[in-house]
Amino acid sequence: MPNLGPPLPSSPRGEATNQLAALEPDTVRLATYFALKPETIMDEVLSVFSIEAREQLEAMESGLMQLEQGDRDPETINAVFRAAHTIKGGAGVVEIHSVEQFTHILENVLDRLRNGQIEVGGEMISALLRGCDHIGALLTLVLSGEHEPSEQLKQAGAAIAEELRPFLGGPAPAGSGSGGNKLAEAEEGGGDIERGDRERATYDCWHISIRFGRDVLKMGMEPLSYLRYLLNLGEIAHLTTLTDALPEAEQMDPECCYLGFEISFRSHATKAEIEKVFAFCRDDCELRILPPNSKLADFLQLMDALPEETMRLGEILVRSGALTPEELDAGLKIQSREPDAGQLGDILVQQDALQPELVEAAVAKQKSVSEKKAAESNLIRVHADKLDQLIDLVGELVIAGASANLLAKKSGEGTLVEATSVLSRLVESIRDSALQLRMVQIGETFNRFHRVARDVSKELGKEIELVITGAETELDKSVVERIGDPLLHLVRNAMDHGIESAAARAAAGKPVKGRVELNAYHDSGSIVIEVGDDGGGLNVERIQAKALEKGIIQPGQILSEEEIVNLIFAAGFSTVDKVTNLSGRGVGMDVVRKNIAALRGSVEVTTAAGEGSRFTIRLPLTLAIIDGFLTGVGKSSYVIPLDMVVECIELSNTSVDRDYLNLRGEVLPFVRLRELFEVPGSRPPRENAVVVQYAGKKAGIVVDQLMGEFQTVIKPLGALFRNMRGIGGSTILGSGEVALILDIQALVSRCARAEELLSHGNTGSRRLEMH
Amino acid sequence: MGQVVQQAGRPGGGKNAPGLAKAGAAGGLAAAGSGEIAQYLTFLLSGEMYAVGILNVKEIIEYGQLTEIPMMPAFIRGVINLRGSVVPVIDLSARFGGQQTEVSRRTCIVIIEIGNEEERHDIGVVVDAVSEVLEVSAADIEPAPSFGAKIRADFIDGMGKIGGKFVIILDIQRVLSVEEIATLATVKDVAKDS
Repeated sequence: MPNLGPPLPSSPRGEATNQLAALEPDTVRLATYFALKPETIMDEVLSVFSIEAREQLEAMESGLMQLEQGDRDPETINAVFRAAHTIKGGAGVVEIHSVEQFTHILENVLDRLRNGQIEVGGEMISALLRGCDHIGALLTLVLSGEHEPSEQLKQAGAAIAEELRPFLGGPAPAGSGSGGNKLAEAEEGGGDIERGDRERATYDCWHISIRFGRDVLKMGMEPLSYLRYLLNLGEIAHLTTLTDALPEAEQMDPECCYLGFEISFRSHATKAEIEKVFAFCRDDCELRILPPNSKLADFLQLMDALPEETMRLGEILVRSGALTPEELDAGLKIQSREPDAGQLGDILVQQDALQPELVEAAVAKQKSVSEKKAAESNLIRVHADKLDQLIDLVGELVIAGASANLLAKKSGEGTLVEATSVLSRLVESIRDSALQLRMVQIGETFNRFHRVARDVSKELGKEIELVITGAETELDKSVVERIGDPLLHLVRNAMDHGIESAAARAAAGKPVKGRVELNAYHDSGSIVIEVGDDGGGLNVERIQAKALEKGIIQPGQILSEEEIVNLIFAAGFSTVDKVTNLSGRGVGMDVVRKNIAALRGSVEVTTAAGEGSRFTIRLPLTLAIIDGFLTGVGKSSYVIPLDMVVECIELSNTSVDRDYLNLRGEVLPFVRLRELFEVPGSRPPRENAVVVQYAGKKAGIVVDQLMGEFQTVIKPLGALFRNMRGIGGSTILGSGEVALILDIQALVSRCARAEELLSHGNTGSRRLEMH
Repeated sequence: MGQVVQQAGRPGGGKNAPGLAKAGAAGGLAAAGSGEIAQYLTFLLSGEMYAVGILNVKEIIEYGQLTEIPMMPAFIRGVINLRGSVVPVIDLSARFGGQQTEVSRRTCIVIIEIGNEEERHDIGVVVDAVSEVLEVSAADIEPAPSFGAKIRADFIDGMGKIGGKFVIILDIQRVLSVEEIATLATVKDVAKDS
């Protein structure tokens, strides 16, 4: 154990570097000790870090945008600062120095902002937001396994750092790269000297006692990094490494950490800031921090609480200059007289060591922190693959359950039937809970668009407000992940093409500020996402002319207005000749439609000239298991999604060859599956019509038999059938047979088209396929 | 790859029966070209003998419980439930332009795995009867005739000489090309609409 020698409390600042040098022998030893950590753990830690860092980035971004909108709540600034600090801290722990250094600059600016040294300004926020983007880019790089950013990225980072320079205040530092770093140090140094004049009479260092938990190395954290990181906040005046816990060599587990440190730390940081340094290992280590000029009683309590012998700790404290030998002696005597250390807080107050208000504030703060921790610890991060696997298994369970049910019914044994029905009820609830696990709120996706709205309105010089409703609507994670890009395209389009320029808006008597709405809600087993704007609306004539020009429709083809506006989803359609940075990059509405169709969803648009347009996306809630309604035609079985079924009626034999029926005074068109699917054999005497509803339209599906509700595990039909319309997938029945799931919307629109063609006699034209 | 083929090629090698050595990657012929002996599964289709590289064959099952898919061309027979996954079944005879295979007592479905590194698909093909697993050395494989085989030339990988007779070795990746079949399915779909 190298003895670093007692530091002189009144030593001049210049000695700090020597102290650091003296730290080296220890650090070298630690480095070899910790070199044992396995790579795989590091990878995992990296990915956890990057997930958390992204969350923090999002928090930063939203906070910054609130600031930009005039929010001056100190808590918002604090939140942004905290987010930056956490990213920096995390990056330091996992040793991604590019992120650490860059975030440090941001943090410094935010710190000055927090302290009221600078004011919030548009340019600053823009630069900070760009800084966030840069951190995001660096994170992406790290995840891809590269630790050194490319030249281009470095330059981009340097440019942003340059933009932020004016907000850092003080003289421009000589070096350009780590400018923020040096500046911060210089500031700290200046403060230190000033303080030193008045208060250096006694022990002016923080005293940090830390005992790392056994598992910190296994969790990929390295004590050494914490110490290094601590140096960002100040200087280590004295450090004693405690190896008391180190067992005999043969019993030592090289993957365990047995070390503890007693650190005298000279810094202007607050206790919270010092604590934050250890935030990542806080739960796994014993950390005690005593502020400068602490009362003797504090040290006594510290010595009591730590696992090592009191005397030994006392010696360390004396050696580190925290206590004089006389103080230690006196303290130990007091302690023997007053063994009740639990009331130390009271004693402190009595001794005027702390003001009561301060204690209260500290207690309140601790409480809020611990409450937050508790809320966090109620969440578990689970790898999505594990959930997928669970849902696959539940799917198999549902199928196996259906087959057991079938056999039980065949056997005719009452008790068995009862047992299987109880079982299937349970399976159903397991299915629901399992599916619920994958449900996430769409708000997260929506909130991303605030930033988009901000950037786009800056770029286009339009004032645009993004209004989000229904953010709490839930849908399957796999759907959420894949809906982001199409949505982004629609939102950008609405801003770029939908909202008119400020001048045009003023001329039309509309408020100058344009409005883009994002809305989500549930509707009969689907989730509906709407993207609306209050712009000029789509130009119906121009769309028709363009569609004619591109050969999407034929001259003389009669189309309703609704059909015409929906032509914008046809392949090869784009009305804007001028390609802007925002949209028109060759990715058209047809791609949006394709992406949505791939999720078994649909998209359509309604528009009103001068009032704006509204895109409506409908998506199934889940891609895994649905409630189905089993029907039979001939020997085959077909499943209709139960959410779409309104009612079932028996079809009387009287109707002629026209395919509609009278549903309580309403005309209901229907499709005969037998005819559509060319099922051999003749119609049974009694047919049934299942009335389905989709997007507000009703239709009948005529089948031979109704077989009732059926839990349907969706099995994709595979690439071979990807172009097929009318069949949405397949499922396996209790008998082991494969049944097909009907895609009601495609089926009905297919019939509608077929009839339309028949009536127009216009067979050669390319049709618009909405699905 | 080479190792896998060698193992499969050694008579009685491995724990598996020689014919059903674990299917590896595609392309039995590619390996055969290097003078190796490759194994082929032969089967009957409308009275004629065909062969496919054994490495593509996953398993052979009895014909039964097939669900037809409406609005599909005739060569797509339907789908079956293969231990929980839904596998499409192709009628090879119809795919070659002939009649749909009549189901008899010996009708089988051969499950074939095709695809590349990223994507793999299992596809079943209906055959009249499965014959046997044969070893054919590269020297006994002649190039495909430019015409006269009555099936598309690009479907033929080569002509194997087995017992003095020619057997068509199928390029099963081509025959069961997912791209092509998916496109054909649409053509039928649209044609029906009009």
